[in-house]
Amino acid sequence: MSDAPTTPKSFQEIILRLQNYWAAQGCAVLQPYDMEVGAGTFHPATTLRSLGTKPWAAAYVQPSRRPTDGRYGENPNRLQHYYQYQVIIKPSPPNLQELYLGSLAAIGIDLGVHDIRFVEDDWESPTLGAWGLGWEVWCDGMEVSQFTYFQQVGGHDCKPVSGELTYGLERLAMYVMGIDHVMEMPFNDPQSPIPLKYGDIFRQTEEEYSRHNFDGASTEMLLQHFKDAEAECERLLAFDPQDPKSGKRIIMAHPAYDQTIKASHLFNLLDARGVISVTERQAYIGRVRALAKKCADAFRQTEAGADQ
Amino acid sequence: MPDLLIELFSEEIPARMQARAREDLRKLVTDGLVEAGLTYASAGAFSTPRRLVLSVEGLTSESRPVREERKGPSTSAPAQAVEGFLRSTGLTLDRLERRADKKGETFYAVVEKPGRQAAEIVAEVLEAVIRNFPWPKSMRWGNGTLRWVRPLQSILSLLSDETGAHVVPLTVDGIVAGNTTEGHRFMGNGRFVVTGFDDYVVKLKRAKVVLDTAEREAAIWQGAQNLAFASGMEVVADPGLLSEVAGLVEWPVPLMGRIGEAFLGLPPEVLQTSMKEHQKFFSVRNPKTGRIEGFVTVANIEAADGGEVILKGNQKVLAARLSDAKFFWENDLRVAKTGMGEWVEGLKSVTFQAKLGSQADRIERIAALAREIAPLVGADPADAERAARLAKLDLRSAMVGEFPELQGVMGRYYALEAGEKPAVADAARDHWRPKGESDSVPSEPVSVAVALADKIDTLTGFWAIDEKPTGSKDPFALRRAALGVVRLVLGTDAEIKLLDMFSAQLGRADSSVNETLKALKLEAAKKFQEQTSGGTSFMTAVATVTREVDGRTVDARSPDLLSFFHDRLKVYLKDQGIRHDIIDACLAMPGNDDLTLLVKRAEALAAVMKTEDGANLIQGYKRAANILAQAEAKDGVEYSFGADIKFAETDEERALFAALDKTEAGITPAMAAEDFPKAMAAMAGLRAPIDAFFTAVQVNSDNQIVRRNRLNLLHRIRAICSGVADLGRIEG
Repeated sequence: MSDAPTTPKSFQEIILRLQNYWAAQGCAVLQPYDMEVGAGTFHPATTLRSLGTKPWAAAYVQPSRRPTDGRYGENPNRLQHYYQYQVIIKPSPPNLQELYLGSLAAIGIDLGVHDIRFVEDDWESPTLGAWGLGWEVWCDGMEVSQFTYFQQVGGHDCKPVSGELTYGLERLAMYVMGIDHVMEMPFNDPQSPIPLKYGDIFRQTEEEYSRHNFDGASTEMLLQHFKDAEAECERLLAFDPQDPKSGKRIIMAHPAYDQTIKASHLFNLLDARGVISVTERQAYIGRVRALAKKCADAFRQTEAGADQ
Repeated sequence: MPDLLIELFSEEIPARMQARAREDLRKLVTDGLVEAGLTYASAGAFSTPRRLVLSVEGLTSESRPVREERKGPSTSAPAQAVEGFLRSTGLTLDRLERRADKKGETFYAVVEKPGRQAAEIVAEVLEAVIRNFPWPKSMRWGNGTLRWVRPLQSILSLLSDETGAHVVPLTVDGIVAGNTTEGHRFMGNGRFVVTGFDDYVVKLKRAKVVLDTAEREAAIWQGAQNLAFASGMEVVADPGLLSEVAGLVEWPVPLMGRIGEAFLGLPPEVLQTSMKEHQKFFSVRNPKTGRIEGFVTVANIEAADGGEVILKGNQKVLAARLSDAKFFWENDLRVAKTGMGEWVEGLKSVTFQAKLGSQADRIERIAALAREIAPLVGADPADAERAARLAKLDLRSAMVGEFPELQGVMGRYYALEAGEKPAVADAARDHWRPKGESDSVPSEPVSVAVALADKIDTLTGFWAIDEKPTGSKDPFALRRAALGVVRLVLGTDAEIKLLDMFSAQLGRADSSVNETLKALKLEAAKKFQEQTSGGTSFMTAVATVTREVDGRTVDARSPDLLSFFHDRLKVYLKDQGIRHDIIDACLAMPGNDDLTLLVKRAEALAAVMKTEDGANLIQGYKRAANILAQAEAKDGVEYSFGADIKFAETDEERALFAALDKTEAGITPAMAAEDFPKAMAAMAGLRAPIDAFFTAVQVNSDNQIVRRNRLNLLHRIRAICSGVADLGRIEG
């Protein structure tokens, strides 16, 4: 823990401090995955890499989209596009809670003045066929992180178990800096020649995407794309592992998994458009889960995902 | 006599699991110790978010030696039998005793188990308990295989007596038991050594941990009340929340805050639900305004600034939550004011069930049935229909989307906002009830009509598509719905012919299903076109499409819905103290689809069975019925020609004739008026004449005319009684 935590001046400073902190703990600092995902967990660095026995330690920022959370940029802290900070370590180290608390101190949270709590929250991703036990971490009643010990991913038991930390960056940053409305939060240093607030960057896009998610997106097209992604995922996994061109054994687990990510996001959009009923919902989730499981099965056949 | 102290120190244990875990730890460890031959004076278990603790006092220091003796085969038995005995006892032949008895000589195995030290037993028992602890959900962590509710970090296990405190040596999955623990996560000061339970409690408190849950609860409740009282307010009691919060903190520090002025206009249910579900706040009411105006949150730390930052943070979170709720509320009110048409439209595109169509289809069916039920429960048919059309609309509201538990409560607010009558609006809230066995049933007629229509429609719907509950599987909670109908009908005394309602509603369900099928067929036709134009052969396409449609074709509706209700009714009446055989005797009667009548009959029968005449009548009735049945079987005829008093030989016989005439004259009008107590009382009046008849008269007389006449007389007994209830089903 840092001795005298200072309050960060901007959103990006918090991200930079987290990057430095977790780099210092030995994590590979990765970059965001280049697809639309609902949460940092969808990054293959977490879903796929939590499978198999190979040790793994990674940290990264992941832009995440939750179409139904759009509030036209008006809600003080609800966004349809936001950032998560994700840490994944396999096997989970015995002092993971202490490491986590250290990261809070690193971003300026004085643990002697704040009320930090680990409140039961069993994590489950029905679309990924994954679950784990852990907590949501509260700081003064605010949920600032999700802390999970993965037990299963893609229908496979996690052996060893990965520890996963997910920080909701905007909320956390607003809290640390005492900002009431996300759009008012400094994105870069307010003393910069061109100071930019979160709203300068994202207010307009929140409006545009809120309208898109709730009213604009073509449901017919989304339904078709969902079917396409589903079919493509299965088609890619049906290839003979032996690649005739390179002469190597190449299972296309990641490309197939990209289609799973697509299907999942399309489902979220359809949900926001309000065209999926309660009963259909289960069926859609089941279809995405089936893809995720097949990808996990495939990844376990690859070098990175095998048991050693 | 040593004392035992065990602490299982882990990462945060879910609050809701702690009470059960304390009890399990106490029971499993003490049972294990006793089973191994130790005794103890007392045991108490404790928990905080980070520890499960057991203190056992007055443990014996070693177990008693045990001598076990087992008889084996005869010494002359075949070698195989002897080998088997050796295997099962784990002894060798030279260790067996030979004892002479009457049959010769027999092998005996005598195993003497010496007494064992308490430490050895504790280690064994504790390891087994840890490895097999019945957590509702447990997990692995790191590279290990041990399962615990969250990672188990350390074990303290100490036996202390006059000679001092001794660690019970034990290693579980690499965790070595010791004599140290740590205090509060943020206010404690590293690990410390413990010498016994008293020392443990004192040192924990110094390290800012209150071990006893009850003590933490009391501190929270007292603190919260003091805070509220100081500003002229009162805390809304919530024992469930109190126990949860006590399981979230080791050192409770209650703090009180105010709800922002902008949110005070939200319905109190919304404020309370949002604060409790999301923030674990207690609600604070202003007795002068009756409104919820504040909250108490419980921190787990004595902050350097007296909790100012913590309170400010919590207030901010609450403001964000409530501004969300306000956004929903205002949006919903806008829709409500315009008559909720948007939600009516919306429900058309929400599937209720794939075969049964949309929520809008379902509402149509419920509205039609509610209208039919209304006059039977004293409701205005137009109001009932209106209420049924409105009752589910809040499913589309934003507030219910966020807080499903407010379904109904919000519906009522929105219906009122839309200008509906209070009785209609109340039905939106109350037609969901009873939600469970402990929930009360509504009594307002419009609510009752809609509640009944809703539940009956659910049941007939799933019966129509043959999705009945099987065994423990009841995914649509149909048993609960049926029990709800039973309680609603009985609660209002309404006389409703259920079978009529069922067939009307099954008919409506059928047409919903047919509509859905029609749509499926259209879709299939399109697919067929696609398939054939895509080069698939004609027959393959036919097969594919047929398979798809057939897979969803409706099975014939089942006629056993009523008996499903009867099963629920039996359970319900048994809880009311009515014997199952009495229920069976009434269920066997016609008109058993009218639950109110059925229950009145059962209650009257149960009452009369408690009288001496009633209980004895059964004997007489059964005797009559048995003799009659035997004679009918033997003679191959049915004795139902009508007995004639002129063939009666004895006074008792003539008296029975008279009594039957009188009883029949009493029962017939009573039954017509559905006055079961009167009918049953009249029937019970037969007891004395029947008894007297059997005492004085031999039915199987040698005179065939007299015998036939007497059998026909018995038939009258059977006929008259079975018009009231099927007495043959009554035990005794």
